[in-house]
This record gives sequence, structure tokens and C-alpha cells, in this order.
Amino acid sequence: MATVYAFVAHSDGVLDDSAAELAAAAKKFTDAPVTAIVTGSGVDAAAAKAAELFPAVWKIDAAELAYPNAEVVRKALLNNLDAGAVVLMAHNTFGMDLAPGLAVKIGGAFVADVVDIEGADGDTLKVIRQEYGGVVSTHVTVDMSAGAVVTIRPGAVAAEEGAAAAGGAIEAKAAGDVSAKRKFIEIREPEAGDVDITKAEVLVSIGRGIEDQDNIELAHELAKAIGSQAEVACSRPIVDAKWMDASRQVGTSGKTVKPKVYLAMGISGSFQHMGGIKGGVIIAVNKNPNAPIFQVANVGIEADILEFIPELTEALGDL
Amino acid sequence: MEILVCVKRVPDTAENEIELNSAGNDIERDDLVYSVNEWDNYAVEEAIQIVDKVGGTVTVVTVGDEEADEVLRREMAMGAQNGILLNDEAFEDSDSMGIATLLKAAAEKGKYDLIMTGAQADAGYAAVGGMLAAMMDLPYASLVNMVEVGDGKLTVGREIEGGNQEVNEIELPCVLSIQTGINEPRYVGIKGIRQVSGIEIPEFDAAGLGVDPATVGAAGAKTKRVDYFIPETGEGAEMLTGSTEEIIAKLIDIMKANGGLK
Ligand SMILES: Cc1cc2nc3c(=O)[nH]c(=O)nc-3n(C[C@H](O)[C@H](O)[C@H](O)COP(=O)(O)OP(=O)(O)OC[C@H]3O[C@@H](n4cnc5c(N)ncnc54)[C@H](O)[C@@H]3O)c2cc1C
Repeated sequence: MATVYAFVAHSDGVLDDSAAELAAAAKKFTDAPVTAIVTGSGVDAAAAKAAELFPAVWKIDAAELAYPNAEVVRKALLNNLDAGAVVLMAHNTFGMDLAPGLAVKIGGAFVADVVDIEGADGDTLKVIRQEYGGVVSTHVTVDMSAGAVVTIRPGAVAAEEGAAAAGGAIEAKAAGDVSAKRKFIEIREPEAGDVDITKAEVLVSIGRGIEDQDNIELAHELAKAIGSQAEVACSRPIVDAKWMDASRQVGTSGKTVKPKVYLAMGISGSFQHMGGIKGGVIIAVNKNPNAPIFQVANVGIEADILEFIPELTEALGDL
Repeated sequence: MEILVCVKRVPDTAENEIELNSAGNDIERDDLVYSVNEWDNYAVEEAIQIVDKVGGTVTVVTVGDEEADEVLRREMAMGAQNGILLNDEAFEDSDSMGIATLLKAAAEKGKYDLIMTGAQADAGYAAVGGMLAAMMDLPYASLVNMVEVGDGKLTVGREIEGGNQEVNEIELPCVLSIQTGINEPRYVGIKGIRQVSGIEIPEFDAAGLGVDPATVGAAGAKTKRVDYFIPETGEGAEMLTGSTEEIIAKLIDIMKANGGLK
């Protein structure tokens, strides 16, 4: 097998949690030393952190890499990678931007959003992924003989405790020609909404199972019956439909919340949604007994939310 | 602006419960309701809105069998002028690289300023747009949730973590993958679909596309799905059972015990 690399993300010298997860993922299929690649401008601190996780680190430091523009980073990588390289990276918004095109340019295979690695059999990598929003899993084989790009779902592969490879050697590499037809301009932050769901102790969170905009009132009535510590939150399709403000969306592209109780009402449990819930008891109500959310919630109730929510509201009113 | 939008016919997860078949090696495909991949509707809507502003045409293309015709017609009923069907047994079980290879061949039959895909489809690879761009040596932006047309270039917003938007300038021609929420896809009624039912949709097989069948489909796939299975997930949720009254009583106890009720 050719060299295995891990492209590690960081911001302001702080490595992303996914870096340790990539180190753990690599160990599941190779005993060979894995080289971490850190790109950016002024990345000494991040490279030093990566050296605590990986036996070797490449540091590609250039002013043009100050912002992670996938086209620029891809060129910097291709100017350095060995032929037949196997590159691991996180399945986050940057990984989604960079990885598919990198696989094409390497001339290798591509597999995305891997949730576990079973191992390798010669040049065949065996991974597990999910389809249909997590409803079913699949075993997938990847022919790495001409290289491969593999993206790993953040949080899916547990980072191992204790860095085995502390003190990895850091090697500086030149970015080379990274001229691009796409130019980064700025980051725009979302406008603050009318409520701050990150402060609520209880969230009544509704998903596509609410079916109709008018039914959202049911969730507000339930929150009112629970008390002032409760707010209404939602999954992404509710915001996409403009039924609720983006400030109420929970998930990787929304808010990260940590309530005491999270009531997931008619939400399937996609990883992008669950990625926004960082604590508390998750209680899922769903009419489909096979909904993926029942695999990750603490408490499950198989019910139609349009009937269940009013009954719960009424019961709370009687307390 | 000549725009090509790549679309896919997928099982509609809102209308079906996706389950394993009795052999346990595939999903149960009998009686599945299919629809257009959710992200693709946003891509087609965005294309139509761009053409409404600056002129041009929207063409939708899909890799699929005869039945995929219905998603092309649905998108044409939304307002896309042309459809293209890429259909050949040799295309079956293509991996994302194979699909991108086919779409590239179709794209090169026209002269498009802008190519769009949905951000991802049912298998969740989020790959085809980025691959197509790299194969065609065009610039690319994924997860696009804003497009402004400028002179020879676009200003695009990409959705990144935490609800932030990354704004980029990108030269035309280019490839964009479109994220949900960028617009409100228009409603398509039966009447609209009937109006486009007579339009002829050109169909291409491997020979027609000039693609070597060995490079696509199962033959060319480096990434292969071996099977489908339901994962063993350890504990999972504690399911509350009993009458609705009993369930609600248990739930209220759990909420109280965890500080959710005062
Ligand atoms: C890059 C990216 C970022 C994303 N970021 C986010 C994010 O931040 N937050 C987010 O939520 N999503 C996000 N998504 C979308 C995510 O992948 C899912 O599409 C979304 O979370 C699904 O929302 P849902 O569970 O409400 O809908 P669905 O997946 O459609 O699930 C609806 C559920 O409701 C159940 N149901 C239907 N009717 C009823 C009823 N009457 N009673 C009880 N149950 C019922 C169904 O069984 C189903 O399980 C992102 C996607 C991408 C690609």
C-alpha cells in the first residue's frame, strides 16, 4: 500500500477533534506510519499538535493557504503527494468540498462519510457506511491500488486515548503553484434570531414529521405547558421551508445545544442533526419503529406526534 | 447562461419506510415510491431563477433507466427546457466516479456556462459535483446556498458549520453543488407534467456518449457496495410501552428526574 496521509483541520492553531479520529481510523487498517498534513498560513502550533498524534507531519505553510479554499489546498496537496496516495479526511463541509475532486486528480478511488473501518485486505479497504439518512448500513469495498480518498464522519470513529506517536517529525513542504479560479472573499455570520435555543433547559424540537406549518402551534403549546425553561427548536427541513427561523435549527449547520431534556418530535436522527446535540436526555417520538433516531436516543416512543403532542400537553396542564 | 443540472431519481424516504428485503441483501424495492432527490429540486429552481434574470436555457440530465424519464419531466414541468437521459445496462452499479464520467460526456456534448448538481443524494457521498468539476478542469464550490451572477463570474455563498456562510468569487464556466434552503422550489402540478409529456427526450447509451463501458458501471467501479444490513447498535433507546396514558406518565417522570420539569 502506498503512503497513508491524514489531512487534518485546525483553526487558530487548535486542531479539530477529527484529527485524533483520523489517527484512530488509520490504525484500523494499516500498521504503517501515517503522515498528517497541515495546511494554512502560520501553522506551527497546529503542526506541533498534530505531531502529538502522528509519527510524521507535513507542514505546508503559505500565505495563499490562509483560508482553506478547496481548489488551492488541492493543488498544494497534489504538488506534494506520492503517486498512489491514500488520503483520509473528515466528512465536514471542507472535506465535502475538497475530497471528490482530489480523488479524481489522484486517479484513485473515493468513499465518503465512512462510519467505521473494518480493515484492509491487501489493497482492498473494507468500510461501513450508511444510506438513506442512516436507515440502513452497507459494507463497502474500496480498491486502493491506485490510491484513494476516504472521508470519515466526524464523531463516528472514537479517538483513541493517549497519543502513541508523540514527537512525530515535522517536515516543511512548499505549496508550489496554487493559482485558482475560485477566490475566498469573506465569512458572513448568521443574524441573531428572536430566541436563543442554546440557553433553554428543555427543547421541544420538531422535524418533518410535523407535516404542516399550522401544526407547529402544537409544539409551542407543549413548550408553554412545560414552562419558561422550554423553547421550540427544529430540524433543517423546517427552516428550509421557511416555517421557522434559522436560529432555531439544531445541527451541524445550525446551533449546538445542551439542554437537560431534548424532545425530538418527528425527527429521523440524521447525523447532521444529532451532531448539534451535545448533552442531556434525548427523548424521541417517531411513528416509524425503525427510525434511526431510536438507535441514538435515550428514550423512545413509537407514536404519531400529531396525536401524542396534544395529549402530553393536556397531561402537563393537569399536573 | 446555458445551465446543465444533474438530477437523480431516488426512493422517497418521506413516503416509504426503507426496509431490508427478506434475503437481507438489498432494500425492499417492491412498492417503493420514487421522487426527485430533494437537493436536485433546489438546483433546478436556482437554475430557472438565474435564467429568468439573465436569459438562457436550463437542461436537466440524469443517469437512469426508462423510469428516470419521470424525474426529467417533473423538472421540465418546473421550467427546464430540455432533458437528457443517459441509459445503458452498462451504467448499472456505477460508483460516483462512473456517474461523473457519464455526466462529463453528456456535458461535453453541449456548451454550458454553469453546471449544477444537488449537494448529495440517497447514498450520501456528496461526490458527483466535485468529481465532474475536477474531470472537466472547472472550478467548483459545494454546498452553495447563494448565487449572484456577475460578468464572467459568480459570487457564491457556501454553507459551512454553525450556520456561517463562506462567500467566494468563482469564474465561469464552473460547477456548483446546491444545498437545500437556497430558494423555495416551485410547486409542480399534474397539469404541468401533462404539458411536457409530449416533449422528446434524447437518450444516450455508452456508444452514443463515446464512453468505454469498461470504465463505468460495475465493471469500472473501484468502490463497491457489498450488501445492506441493519446495524447492531448496542442498547439503543429504552422504548416506552403501554397505553398512551402510561407512556405519558413514564415520560413525565423521566422529564422530572432529569430536571426538565419544575
Ligand atoms: C451539509 C449538510 C448539513 C446539514 N445540516 C443539518 C442541520 O444542521 N440540522 C438538521 O436537522 N439537518 C441538517 N441537514 C439535513 C439532514 O441530513 C436531514 O435531511 C434532516 O436532518 C432531516 O430532518 P428530519 O429528521 O426532520 O426529516 P426526515 O429525515 O424526513 O424525518 C422525518 C421523521 O419523522 C417521522 N414522522 C413522519 N410523520 C410523523 C408523525 N406524524 N409522527 C411521528 N413521526 C413522524 C418519520 O418517520 C421520520 O423519521 C444537513 C444536511 C447536509 C447535507
